[in-house]
Order: sequence, then structure tokens, then C-alpha cells
Amino acid sequence: MSAVTLSKIVKRFGDYTAVHQMSLEIAEGSFVTLLGPSGCGKTTTLRMIAGLLDPTEGDIAIKGKRVNDVPIHKRNLGLVFQNYALFPHKTVADNVAFGLNYRDVSKDEAKRKVAAALELVQLPDLGARYPKELSGGQQQRIALARAIVIEPDVLLLDEPLSALDANLREDMRVELKRIQQSIGVTTVFVTHDQTEALAMSDQIIVMSEGRVEQVGAPEDVYNTPATEFVAKFLGASNLLTAQCVDAAGGGIVLDLPGFPRIEIPKERAPRVSGPGPVRLVIRAEKLHLKAPQTPADGMLSVDAIVENVDYQGQSARYFVRAGDHRMQAVNMIEDHPFAAGARVALRFRAKDCAALPVESRP
Amino acid sequence: MSIEQREARQPWILLTPALTAVLLLLIVPLMFIVVYSFWLKSAAGADTPGFFLDNWQETLTDPFYRDILLNTLKIAAITTIVCGLLGYPAAYFIARSKGNKAVLLVLLMLPFWISYIIRTMSWINILGVSGALNAAMLWLGVIDEPIQMLYNETTVILGLTHFLLPFMVLNIFVSLDGIDTNLEDAASSLGATRWQGFLQVTLPLSLPGLAAGGLLCFVLAAGTYITPVILGGPRDAMFANLVYEAIIRQLDWPLGSALSLLLLAVLGVLVLIYNRYLGMAQLAKGLG
Repeated sequence: MSAVTLSKIVKRFGDYTAVHQMSLEIAEGSFVTLLGPSGCGKTTTLRMIAGLLDPTEGDIAIKGKRVNDVPIHKRNLGLVFQNYALFPHKTVADNVAFGLNYRDVSKDEAKRKVAAALELVQLPDLGARYPKELSGGQQQRIALARAIVIEPDVLLLDEPLSALDANLREDMRVELKRIQQSIGVTTVFVTHDQTEALAMSDQIIVMSEGRVEQVGAPEDVYNTPATEFVAKFLGASNLLTAQCVDAAGGGIVLDLPGFPRIEIPKERAPRVSGPGPVRLVIRAEKLHLKAPQTPADGMLSVDAIVENVDYQGQSARYFVRAGDHRMQAVNMIEDHPFAAGARVALRFRAKDCAALPVESRP
Repeated sequence: MSIEQREARQPWILLTPALTAVLLLLIVPLMFIVVYSFWLKSAAGADTPGFFLDNWQETLTDPFYRDILLNTLKIAAITTIVCGLLGYPAAYFIARSKGNKAVLLVLLMLPFWISYIIRTMSWINILGVSGALNAAMLWLGVIDEPIQMLYNETTVILGLTHFLLPFMVLNIFVSLDGIDTNLEDAASSLGATRWQGFLQVTLPLSLPGLAAGGLLCFVLAAGTYITPVILGGPRDAMFANLVYEAIIRQLDWPLGSALSLLLLAVLGVLVLIYNRYLGMAQLAKGLG
């Protein structure tokens, strides 16, 4: 039985449709991420699961039970907000104990549970403090402790890391995943940050404009994007229009002027069915710049000119031109980065590429 | 002069006009009143300068003044409580309404465009013997003769509530508006009903606004003298009416000075208590 089931849910605000007929099964104990840019409907979806918004159409079930008419305070969910939302007039211990007051828990039991929750988020000594005396990272840990101490059926995280500094965010990412795994709670995580999504999730749901673009494990979503949107949103990708000349054999054979023949494995182009125009996806970090005349080493090679360099320390982002095609490449720097204007050979492997049907979306 | 020195002087330069006004219009006259309160009114008309404690003795020992002071504080307290009870839901409604907050706040301010005296007198047209309410009840046959509803303590409290409610609403609104709505959502996600969440989270966090509004209402109500004149009966005089009576009617400036200083002292203590526990910053927020 899945922990959360969404059946064709729709959310409209007046004339604006925020979520279009979304269906989803979230497995018990899994860490699922709703990923997308702002305005894609991910937070609206989370708020509907939480009971803070009513779906206009469709059903929401938690642990097999339809909850459309169950008010939020009876859904038994843990909710963590981007701005922590700790009660400023209550101590940390009282904040964490808040949900236990509405459950059948004795005073001693509550104390023990609060201590255990604070232990779990590694802040056992802060119970007597007030939220404003804590750092942002500490506050978010307390918010997490408050949400998990009630042993929720589902933990809902609404961009919980977005308000933190970059370094802290990475630490909290690891920490959050550790805590989630140690208690095994089903978790729905909302973020616009693809790195967070890739690092933490068992499953990623990529959303755009109220629609689900792709559902899959991080590696699948990253390596085999189902749509152009996914290809562009997760990392930097180059999208080139090519001609599929043969789809009957073991791979998809593509023809692209100025490029050698590219044969992409079938599983990297599941939606390409036959000959015709397709979109070729080459990830920026799979496109390697080499000095001209470097042995190809079994890789495909195209001559190009570096137009611009964005130096990032250990790596560099190159904007290159190969014939009529402008592409970008992200490479680790060996010795010195290539300079603008340099002639280079672009090297890539066909098995690192993916192909999509040409989209006719407005 | 160094930049630091110049920067240190700048606030004082900017404050000078305001401080001058406060000094000349408030501190100096207040000092006059203090001096006056120790003079004596002589039968001949001219006051006798000197240091006499007679006015203070009369003010502090005469049960007449004491009773009216206590009654004034009672009326102010009832008005404040009524304003709090009526004002909170209104402020909550405005703070939680989406989009049209500005319109609602303008509506709240609208009564201030009409003179306070006119607003107070409007109650005569509503509650008076030939007022709207009597006319309506006569027409409906509820009563056979008009009844006198005006000129008692209740109408004084009604008039004061009418005058002071916007101050209360505004102060509570400012407090509620600053509370993150996620807090209520967090409370309900943890199992609290809306009402429990309100009692546990929103209400305690809005208490500073309620207290600021309460202080403002209480001080303004306790110092009022027009409302009891227009809407009160002969026995509903409030303390400020005594001051008016002494200074304007009896031309007894020394006694009037002592009386007004007593009221100032009582309200001053109240403000100090408030400041001790909540701080003046909250009041400034509500007024801004």
C-alpha cells in the first residue's frame, strides 16, 4: 500500500490552473521530491497533501484512506517550512512538545520523546532556549524535531533548506537524509534545487506549469530526460535537432551535419520510435574539450572554437561553437583552462547522449 | 571636526526643532501648572503666590474628588475592555483578509475625518427622545412613549467606545499582521484545531498589540471631558470635568492645577508600569 496516493487531482485558483490532473503513488518509507521552478505547482501539491488547500478535483489518500474531507489537524502529518515557523514565544522544548499535547501521551512520556527527538537532530542541550537565540540551521533542526516527534504518517518538507547558507545547506542535506533514513518516515520534499533533489531522493517528480514532466529515480531523470524541460532543468544540457535515420537496429542512429554518425542506445531514447527529426541531448559535463589532434580514444569528435570561458576554480564552463551549433561544456581544469578563441576538439560518447522526440508544445 | 564627531552631533541637530517645541509647549507650561498648584486663590480674585499645600490637601483628602477619580478609572477600564472585545475580531478579520487590507484600513480611519464632537453628538440623534431608535420602536409598537436612553454612564461608555475603537483595532492589527501565518498552519499540522492554535499561538503573540491598544484607550478615556458633557448626566462627571469646572467656571487655577497634576500622576504611573513590562516600542509601532 502506498503512503500517499494522488488520483487525478486538479487545483484551480479562479481561472488559473495551478495543478493539472496529477496522479501519483508515493511508496511507504520513500523519500520523494517534487522538483521544479517556482510556479510549477509543487508547493500547491504539497499544501493539498497537507490539507492546507482543497483540491478542486480528484482524491487524496493517505495510507489508503481518502482524506479530502479530513481537516489538517487530524491528518497526522509532519510539516516543515522554509522559514522554520517555530513558535517564538515558546522554548525549544515546548515547541517540540507542541504536537504531543494533542495526542494521548503522558507528561513523562512526552518529556522522553522530546529528549529523543532533540537527540536525533543533535541538539540535545537547547531545550530551554528560545528560537530567536538559535542560528538558522539550528532552528530548522528544531522544526524538524517538532515535526517528527509526533511520529507522522508522512513528513512534508517545503523548501526546508532554501533559507540556509550554501555551506550549511549541504550539511543539512546530509543530516536530513540521515534522520529520514533512521526513522524510515515517508517524506515528500519540495525544492527548486536540482542538486538537493538528486542527492536526497529515492524518486524525483519533475514538474513544470502544473504538470508532471517525469517521474523516476535520480539517475534515470538525470541521464534519460523524458522531455526537453527536464533536460534543460536538471543540469546544463545541449539540445540539438538531428535526423534519425535508423531506429530499427540495436540503437538509434542520428545524422547531424558536421558531426560523425551518432548511435544512441535504445534505452536512452525510449520515446523515439522511428526515423524523422529528433532532439539530441548532450550534457555539458559529458562534452570534453581537448586540444586538436589529441587521440580520439574511441570517442566521437567535432572541431570547435571556444567563444567564451566562465572560470569557476576547479572547473570551467566553456561556450563553444561547432559549425552552426552553439554548445556549452563544463570540464574539470587540467593545468590551464582553454582561452577564448582557442581551436579545440569536442569529444563525447554516444552512450552518454539521449534523444527525445521533437516537441510541438506551444 | 572629525566625521565621528559630526555624526554624533547630527541627531541632535535634527531633533532641535522638535525638542524646542516640546520644551516650550509642554515642559514649560507643565512647570507653570506645578508652580500654580502651590498658590492660593484669594476671594478678591488675584491669586496669592507662595508655597501653600492647601490645594494638594483638598485634592488628596476630599472624598468627592477621590470618588470621581475612581469612577473615571472604572469608566476608562470598562471602555478599554469593551474596545478590546469588539476590536480584536475586527482586527483579526482585517489582518487575515487577502488583498483589500488597505481599503479596510482606510474605512477604519474614515471616522477621523469627522470631528470627534460631531461624532459624539450623533448619538443624540440616535438615542435621544426624538431620536431614530425611539421613533423606530414607537412605529413598531414596542413602546407607547419615547424612553430616555441618554445621559447616563452607559451612554458615556458607548460614546467613548465609539471614539476609541479605531485606536484599539489599529494596534491589534499591527500586532496580528506581523505574525507569520505559517505558525497557525504549523500548529494545525501538529494536531491543534484552529481555535486551539489561535489560543496557543496567535493570541499570545498578539498580546503586545492588545496591551498597547489598551493603554492608549485607557489613557484617552480617563482624560476625556467632552463625552461626559455631551452624553453624560449631571452625576456622570469625570475627572477632567472637575479640572474644567475649577479653572473655567470657578477661576480657581491653583486648585485646577493640583487636580490635573493628580490625574497626570495616576496615568503616568500606569504608563510606567506598561513601559516596564512591554516597552514603548510597541506603542510606536501601533501609531506608525
